[in-house]
Amino acid sequence: MNHDRSGAPEAAGETLSGAEIVVRLLERQGIRRVAGIPGGAILPFYDALSQSTRIEHILARHEQGGGFMAQGMARVTGEAAVCIATSGPGAANLLTAVADAKLDSIPLVAITGQVASSLIGTDAFQEVDTYGLSIPITKHNFLVGSARELLEVIPKAFSLAVSGRPGPVLVDIPKDVQNERIVVESWPAPGGRLAAPAPEPEPIAQAAALINAARRPVLYLGGGVIHSGASAEALRLAETAQLPTVMTLMALGAMPVDHPLSLGMLGMHAARCTNLVLEECDLLIAVGARFDDRATGKVAEFCPGAKIIHVDIDHSELDKIKTAHVGIRGDVAAVLERLLPQVEAAERADWHARVAELKAAYPLQMPGLDDPRSPYGLIRAVAEAVGDSATVATDVGQHQMWVAQAYPLRRPRQWLTSGGLGTMGFGLPTAIGAALAEPERTVVCFSGDGSILMNIQELATAAEEGVNVKVVLMNNATLGLVFQQQTLFYGKRIFSSKFKGVPDFVKVAEGFGWQTCDLDHADDPGAALRQALATPGPMLIHVGIDRHEQVLPMVAPGGANKNMIGD
Amino acid sequence: MNSIVKACKSDLAPTVLELDVNNHAGVMSHVVGLFSRRAYNVEGILCMPVGDGSRSRIWLLVKEDERLEQMVRQVEKLEDVLGVQRHGAAHEVFERLEEFFQ
Repeated sequence: MNHDRSGAPEAAGETLSGAEIVVRLLERQGIRRVAGIPGGAILPFYDALSQSTRIEHILARHEQGGGFMAQGMARVTGEAAVCIATSGPGAANLLTAVADAKLDSIPLVAITGQVASSLIGTDAFQEVDTYGLSIPITKHNFLVGSARELLEVIPKAFSLAVSGRPGPVLVDIPKDVQNERIVVESWPAPGGRLAAPAPEPEPIAQAAALINAARRPVLYLGGGVIHSGASAEALRLAETAQLPTVMTLMALGAMPVDHPLSLGMLGMHAARCTNLVLEECDLLIAVGARFDDRATGKVAEFCPGAKIIHVDIDHSELDKIKTAHVGIRGDVAAVLERLLPQVEAAERADWHARVAELKAAYPLQMPGLDDPRSPYGLIRAVAEAVGDSATVATDVGQHQMWVAQAYPLRRPRQWLTSGGLGTMGFGLPTAIGAALAEPERTVVCFSGDGSILMNIQELATAAEEGVNVKVVLMNNATLGLVFQQQTLFYGKRIFSSKFKGVPDFVKVAEGFGWQTCDLDHADDPGAALRQALATPGPMLIHVGIDRHEQVLPMVAPGGANKNMIGD
Repeated sequence: MNSIVKACKSDLAPTVLELDVNNHAGVMSHVVGLFSRRAYNVEGILCMPVGDGSRSRIWLLVKEDERLEQMVRQVEKLEDVLGVQRHGAAHEVFERLEEFFQ
C-alpha cells in the first residue's frame, strides 16, 4: 500500500497540481535529496517541494553545481539522482553537467522549468529551447504537455536513466503544466531498472574458446564494469584465466590497483609497461570499455597483433572504433557470469614472465613519493591517512592524472572523475553530492587552481551543509596540462596558461566558512595533512606545486601508445 | 535509378532507411540530429503519420558510406524509434516523388 506524506493511506481521487504530482512521484521513486536552484518558471514545483517532508533540497549556487551534486550522488550509489533548474539561464547552466553525465553514462534525471506553453516559441523572458539544446547530450528528453503526462513521463525518465547503458534524462515542464490541477485516481509504479536482454550464447562460447587458446591475453576493463556492478565477476575472470588486466580512467577501482594481475590505467598517461604489454598481446578482452582515444592512442596501432573480444550493453559501441572478432551485446555482469564456467584455469607462465620483465624495465616513475609537498607524495600521504573507505573525487587536469596514476584505488565507486567530457569544475560539487549521499565516508576532492575556480561558489553550499569534504588544492598558478602541452608540443610558446593574478585560496575558503590548512607553511606537512584530513567538516588543504612538474609518461595526442614521452 | 536518387552528391551507393517512430514534435529533430552532428548528409526525407496518428513513418535517403552501420545502431537506440529497416536504392518510395522535384 502506498502512503502519503502523513503516513495515512492514500485517498483515491486526489486533486493535485502538476508540481505536486512531480513531488509525489519523486517521493514514490525513493528520492530523498535533490539539488538545484529555484527561479520563476520552476517556482510551482519548489512551492510543492516545500511541503514535502521526505525530500531534502540542496541549494546549489550555480545550476552546474547542482547538476554535479546529483552526479556525485549517482556515481557513489549507482541510482538515478535528481537536479533541478529553472528555464532559460538555469537550464543552460545545467547543460554541462548533463553532457558530462552522458559521456560517462551516469544516471541523472534533470527537471527544468519552462515558460508557459502559450509562450513557448515567443522569445519569452527566460525562454530557451531546453528540449532542443538537450537532445544531443541526453539519453532521452521530454517536453511535458499536460499534468496527466507527468504520471507516465516521470517514472519513465527514471527507468530510462538506469536501464541498459545508464545516462541522463531531462524533463522540461512548462509552468502552466506545473500549475494544472487534475484528479489522480491511481499512481504508477516507480520507474526501475529494466533487465537487459539475455546475451546470445554463441559469441560467449566463441569468446571462451579464444580466451582458452590465447597465449598473451589482456583484460581491458571500462566504466561499464562499475555501472554493471560486475567488479567481482571481472576479478574472477582475470584470476581464473590469469589475465593481466588494464583499466580505463572510468574503471579504476574495479580491480584493486595492487592486485598482482593489475597493470593499472592504460593509455595516454599509463605506465610504459602497461602500454607495452598491450603492444604484445594476442587477445584483448574489452569489457564495458569503448576504445576512447585517450585509452587507445592512435587506433590503427593499438594492440596491433591482437584479436578482440568486445562486451558492451550498447550495441552501437561494438565495432564503432575497432572491429571486434567476437562482439557480445549484453550486461557485463550477465555476460561474465555465462562466460566464467567456460573459461579454463590457466597459468600462462611465459606470458607472466614477460609481463614481469616489462614491469621491471618500464615501471611508473613516481618521484617525490616521500615528500607530501610533491604531487605523488601528497597523493600517497592522503591515501594513507584516509584509507580505503574514503571516496576520491577529482577535478580535471594534471592533478587528476597524477591521482589516477598514484592513488591506490581498491573498490568500485570509490573514484569519481570526469572522464569523457573532462569538465573542469566537476570535483567540488560532485564531492559534495557524494558526501551527502554517503555521510559516513570522508570525501577527498583533489583539485587544481584552474579547476576549483570553475565552481568555487559551491564552497558556500558545502559550508552550509557541513559536508565532510576535504579539498586538496594543488596550486601551481597555471592551467597545468595546457602549460605542459605548450611546453612539449608547441615549442615552449607558453600562452594564456600562466595566471598572473592568483587568489589567496586559503583566505577565499575561510571567507566561505571553510577550515583550512596550508601545507606550504606547515613545519611538519605530513602531520598537518593527517590532522586536517581527520578534522570533520569541510576543509581546504592548500599545497603549492611547481608549474614545471609534468604528468609523465605521456603519449602525444594522436600518437601511438608505444611512443611515450618521459620515463 | 531515378533522377532524385541520382542527384545525390558523391559516388557512394544510395540507400533507403525506413523508420517507424512515435509522432510528436521532437522526434524528427532527434532523428536528423544524429546524422547532422556526425556531418552525415541526409539526401532525402519523407515523413507522414500512420494509423491513428500516434505514430509516423520516416523515410530517409542516405549515402551508404562506412558509417552507415553505426548510424543505424544509433538510430535504433532512440527511445522514440520503434523500428528501423534498410532498403536498397531501388526502393520505390522516393521514385514516386519524382514529379515534385522536376
